[in-house]
Amino acid sequence: MSATDTPVRTQGSADAERRLGVKENPVSRVGAMIVMGVFTVYFLMPIWWLLVSATKDRAQFTSTAPLWFADFSLWTNISNLLNYGDGIFVKWMVNSALYTVGGAFFGTILAAMCGYALGKYPFRGRETIFNVVLGGVLVPATALALPLFLLFSTVSLTNTFWSVFLPSLVSPFGVYLARIYAAASVPDELLEAARLDGSGEVRTFFTVSVRLMLPALVTVFLFQFVAIWNNFFLPLIMLRDESTFPVTLGLYTWTTQVNQIPELSGLVLVGALLSIIPLIVIFLLLQRFWRNGLGAGSVK
Amino acid sequence: MKTKNRAISVALLTVIALAGCSSTEPTSTDASGPANPATSKECQPATGNVELTFTTWVPGMDTVVALWNEQNPDIQVTVQTGPNGNGGTYQNFFNQLKAGNAPDLGQIEYDALPNFRVQDGLVNLGVCADVLAAQDEFVGWTWNQVSFGEEGNVYGIPQDAGPMAMFYRKDLFEQNNIPVPTTWAEYQDAAVKIKELGGYITNFSQSDINQFAGFVWQAGGSWFQNDGTSWSVGLTSPESIKVADYWQGLIDDGLVSANPPWTDEWNNAYNTGSDWTWISAVWGANSISAGAPATAGNWAVAPMPQWNAGDNAAGNWGGSSTAVFKGTENVYEAAKFALWLNTSDEALTALNKAANLYPATVAGANLPALKEGVEFYGGQAIYDVFAQASTQVNPDFTWGPTMTQVYADASDGFKAAVSGGGTLADALTATQDSTITTLKSQAIPVKE
Repeated sequence: MSATDTPVRTQGSADAERRLGVKENPVSRVGAMIVMGVFTVYFLMPIWWLLVSATKDRAQFTSTAPLWFADFSLWTNISNLLNYGDGIFVKWMVNSALYTVGGAFFGTILAAMCGYALGKYPFRGRETIFNVVLGGVLVPATALALPLFLLFSTVSLTNTFWSVFLPSLVSPFGVYLARIYAAASVPDELLEAARLDGSGEVRTFFTVSVRLMLPALVTVFLFQFVAIWNNFFLPLIMLRDESTFPVTLGLYTWTTQVNQIPELSGLVLVGALLSIIPLIVIFLLLQRFWRNGLGAGSVK
Repeated sequence: MKTKNRAISVALLTVIALAGCSSTEPTSTDASGPANPATSKECQPATGNVELTFTTWVPGMDTVVALWNEQNPDIQVTVQTGPNGNGGTYQNFFNQLKAGNAPDLGQIEYDALPNFRVQDGLVNLGVCADVLAAQDEFVGWTWNQVSFGEEGNVYGIPQDAGPMAMFYRKDLFEQNNIPVPTTWAEYQDAAVKIKELGGYITNFSQSDINQFAGFVWQAGGSWFQNDGTSWSVGLTSPESIKVADYWQGLIDDGLVSANPPWTDEWNNAYNTGSDWTWISAVWGANSISAGAPATAGNWAVAPMPQWNAGDNAAGNWGGSSTAVFKGTENVYEAAKFALWLNTSDEALTALNKAANLYPATVAGANLPALKEGVEFYGGQAIYDVFAQASTQVNPDFTWGPTMTQVYADASDGFKAAVSGGGTLADALTATQDSTITTLKSQAIPVKE
C-alpha cells in the first residue's frame, strides 16, 4: 500500500543513499558486523570450550561452568597426557607431523609439476587428462579408502607408514590450481628466453617457474597440510599398529575406550587442544599466501 | 530344539571328518564324546616357531601379551589395536577377511559374533580338543554365547562378562527412608518418592540398546533364535514388550531423566545427586567413580530388581570373546594362546588391572582383586554382588547377525519415544520389521 503512495520518492532516496557511498552506510555496516560477529562466536565457541575444559581436572570438569575456568590444572593435564602409555601421544604427534609435512611437501611438488605440464605444454590428450584430474576432485577421499585398502593388501603394504603416506601425495585439486596459476603467471616468453639461454626444461621449472608459481604452491601446500592432518578414515582402515597412528586416529581410539578407562576422557580433551596448535601456527604463518592463491584461482 | 542342535552338530562334524580325515568313520552319534575325529587334523601344532597377530582394543593388552611372549618363545604374539568394534574395528575385520589378510585372532563382542559367523569369518574351535575340554572352566552362559548352544561348536573363547546389578545412592535412600527396591514394582514406588524429592530414580538411556537388551535378558526374553536353518526375531516377544511397557510407564510419569548417556549432562546428573540409581554392568563401577567423583563413598551395589519377588535373575551388558579368523594357518597355537589369555590367573589378573575386565571363568570371580572392598562404594565388596549375578544370567539369550542395524534402528525409535513421539514398544515393533527386512536383504534365512 505504501509503495503505491510514493513510489518515486522511495526510489529517489535509495539512489541518493547509494551515491553517498556504500562503504559508509551504517545500517548495512552494522548488519554485516553483526552477522560476522555471530559467526565468529559460533566458530570460536567450541575452541574456547576446548581451551577451558583442558584446564580443568576431572572432578571440576562436570561440576563447574563449562565456559569459564575453574582451578587451573592445564600443566598437570598436559604432563599426564604426555606420560600416558609411555608417551604414545608424543609419538602420534610426530607421526602426524611426518605424514603431514612430508605428504604436503612432496604432494605439492607433484601437483606443481603436473599442473605446470598441463598448463604450459600443449600435447595430444592434454584436456582429457585434465578432465580426468578434475573428475578426481569430485570423488571424496573416503570413498577411495576401501579400494585403496584392497590394493595395498595385494602388495602387503597395509599397516605400514606408506599405506597412509603414499595416498596423501595425490591432490587433484592441487593439480587444478597449479595448472590455472601456471597458465596465468608463467609467461611463454620467459620460457622461450630460458630455452634460448640453454636451460633445460627441468631446470627452468625449478629455478624460474616454481618461483613465479609460489603463491599458488603455498596454497596447495596449506590445503594438503590441513587435509592430511585431519585425515582420519584412511588411517582408520589401514593402520593397526598404535605406534604408526596419526593423532586423529589415536585420539579417536581413546574416546572409544572411555568406558573401560574413564580417565581417557580428560586426556582426549587436552590432546585435542594440543593437536590443533600446529594447524593454528601454520595458518597464521601462511594465511596471506592462502588468500592470494585462492584469488588467483577464482579470477582466471 | 536341543536335539535338533545336536543333530546339526553331528552332521557338521561328519562333514569335517569326511573332508579332513577320510579314513576315520564317525561311529559315535554322541557329538560330545571325546573321540572327536576332526581334532587330529585341523588343530595340529606347527613344527617350527609360530608368529600370531591379535587385534584388540582392550587398553594395556600389550603388557598382558608380553607375559605370554616371555614364557612362549616358540609362539610369539603381536598385538594390533584400534578403536572399539563398532567404532571401526569390526569393519576392518571384514575388510581384512575380504583381502585375505585378517589377523590370526581378534576381539569380538558377544553381540557381534553371529555376524562374523554368518559371514563365515571364524574358525570353529570345536576342532581343538583342548578348547572343548575347557568348557567347564567358563560360566555356563558365557560359553553359550560363543557356542550358540551347539554342542561341539566354539566360535571364540569367552574373555569377559558384564553381569548387571543396581548401583544406588545408599546415603540418599537411607536419609529419606526409602527402602532399597528388590522388585521392579518397588523400583517404581521408590521412583515416585524420589520424584517428590526433586530427583530421578535413574536415567533412561535412549542409545544404550544393549543395556535394554540386558533388561530383556533378565526378564527371560531373547531377541533372536536360530534353529540351525533359519533365524527368528523376538524383539516383540512378550518379555521384550513387558520391559518396554514398564520403562514407558516411568518415562510417561516423568520418573526418569533422559540425558543422552556418556555425556557431560549425564555425568553431571549423577555427580550432583539428581539421578539416584543406575542398573548397569560390572564395568559400570568405574564409569560412576569417574563421572561422579563428588559422590565418592555414597554408592552401594545391590542385585537388579526382580519381576517377581523372590526371583533371582540377572541380565548381562557387554562382554567379549577372543575369536580365531579364517585364514590362519595356526589354529592350534591361536587356540592355545586364547585359552591362556582367558583362563590363566596371571592373564586374568593382568587384564583386570589394565582394563577392568571382569573374567568369564568360574574361577576368575575369585581373583584377589575382585574380593576387596571398593572405597568409592563405601568399602563394600561390590564384586561379590556381580559374581552372584553372573551365575544368574539366563543362558538362552541369543544375538542376531545384524546387531549394528538393530541398535541403530531401536535407538532411533527410543530417542523418539523419549521425546514423546511414539512408545518404546512402537520402536521395538518397527525394529522387528526392519530387522526381518535386513536379514532378507542379506539372504539370511528368517522366519516371520
